Amino acid sequence: MKHTEVLPGSVGEGLQQRGVTRREFLKFCTAMTAMLALPPAMASVMAEAIAKARRQSVIWLSFQECTGCTESITRSHSPTLETLIFDLISLDYHHTLQAASGEAAEHARALAMQDNAGKYLLVVDGSIPLGDPGYSTIAGISNYDMLVETAKGAAAIVAVGTCATYGGLPKADPNPTGAVAVSDIIKDKPIINVPGCPPIPVVMTGVLAHFLTFGSIPELDDLGRPKSFYGETIHDRCYRRPFYDQGKFAQTFDDEAARMGWCLFKLGCKGPVTYNACATTKWNDGTSFPIQSGHGCIGCSEPNFWDAGPLYKALSMPVSATSAMLGTAAAVGAAAGVAITWHNRSTKAAARTAHEKVTAQELLREEK
Amino acid sequence: MNPLDLLTFARGDALNWALMLFAAGVVLRLFEIFGLGRKPDLAQPRSDSPGSGWRTMFTRSLPPQGLLKREPVTYIGGYVFHLGLLANIFFFAPHIEFFRNMFGIGWPGLPSAMVDASAVAAIAALGVLLAHRLTNPVKRMLSGFGDYLAWAVTLLPLLTGYLAYHHLLFEYTLMLSLHLFSVELLLVLLPFTKLFHTFSVFISRWYNGDIFGRKGVAS
Repeated sequence: MKHTEVLPGSVGEGLQQRGVTRREFLKFCTAMTAMLALPPAMASVMAEAIAKARRQSVIWLSFQECTGCTESITRSHSPTLETLIFDLISLDYHHTLQAASGEAAEHARALAMQDNAGKYLLVVDGSIPLGDPGYSTIAGISNYDMLVETAKGAAAIVAVGTCATYGGLPKADPNPTGAVAVSDIIKDKPIINVPGCPPIPVVMTGVLAHFLTFGSIPELDDLGRPKSFYGETIHDRCYRRPFYDQGKFAQTFDDEAARMGWCLFKLGCKGPVTYNACATTKWNDGTSFPIQSGHGCIGCSEPNFWDAGPLYKALSMPVSATSAMLGTAAAVGAAAGVAITWHNRSTKAAARTAHEKVTAQELLREEK
Repeated sequence: MNPLDLLTFARGDALNWALMLFAAGVVLRLFEIFGLGRKPDLAQPRSDSPGSGWRTMFTRSLPPQGLLKREPVTYIGGYVFHLGLLANIFFFAPHIEFFRNMFGIGWPGLPSAMVDASAVAAIAALGVLLAHRLTNPVKRMLSGFGDYLAWAVTLLPLLTGYLAYHHLLFEYTLMLSLHLFSVELLLVLLPFTKLFHTFSVFISRWYNGDIFGRKGVAS
């Protein structure tokens, strides 16, 4: 995004230009430090590093996506410090947000790649179709080609949203476009996965703050997610958790129990197997999160969550088993049982027929 | 395959196959047992004891006099284990949801902490019973591979369930998958091992009570 005003050289200058006090900035850094699970002393280190940092060049590519991720990131309640920080990165290419289009837009991307070779951050939302390049193109360039070309000069890649991180909805069975995640294509660059449908804005800001402070990516889990945000399940940090432990459950949506804050496990909540920060950071400026508004977690930050069984079935319910299935199996068992019984009885009958009676005389003869 | 995919498989195809093998196996074994038949008893019953079989089904569930003193480990361990297992299978809220989904009937569950305590008791009882089996010469002589197998496949669901609930050993999703796989192993083996006593115990108690009744030693 191009600003018409004079662009600040560093983040610190930019904050000053916008009238952000040092106190406010330190508060932000302290919150970020806590969120990233860093020692408290790191807050001042982070403040210094971010203030001095050159505005980070960011190229944002959107592939097979619904723009929900961009909506989420841009809709952090302004004017929060987070949005200011976002303004103060140099978002050099983002085809949803930028005014330019067509050749001019592609030129901006080429220029950013050239000027910041090896230094820019590449943010990707959306999955990449491998089935046919024509499924999704930008300026006539296939998603695959654009990703590979742009990734070459990137310092690191941030895959935003479940589509970019794990394939998401486009990859759901039967995956008509052959959708894959960024990490399925790019193997030689550090990739930070920020999954969620959409992901939490502050997670994105946190990852960026970490990158600006340390020049490296935060500690990641096995699925490439920052541990500080995805280290615990929704269930473990859920305010309804005590009710689960007491065996108190809502039976239907919006019943008395649900309104009293009882657990939504029986209504299909996937909180126990979903690693995300919703229950702690919450959404809409810390207002609420899905479980708080009465709907179970659907597990949107987990790979292949669309295909992980019905959304409204409790986690302990079978995905597809039915009692009819058991009935059929029992009938097969009965048929096999009859066959075995018939076999056993005929063996018994044959033994009876083959049985030869021995007389006392015959035994006496044998003894002699 | 990531842990959630594994869990989906455990809740999906793997569970379907395990349940079908279980249902088919149980019915097959029942047909097999009943189909064997017994030779008609032509002798006059020694005493007329109607309902002896039915009474024995109940009385054999209580220890005869002196057993508590003679075999305290088997007696207490056996009860603690069976009751603990029962509480875990039928009174843990998520398990009740499974039955409700399969058969359309549900019932109130126990608080998780109580189920948790009963799991610990059942696991401890299984440990004690194994130690007793290994150290008691008579029990040891009577035990074969089938007994140890039955012990192991019964312990696994309890242990994995406990570990999953307390987030121990592996992360929750993976542990929950392992819990389901262990239950599926139990389901598949149950009809074809000594664990089939789950279904046959009361049948054989009835038969014993009835036949002894006819022989004049009714319970």
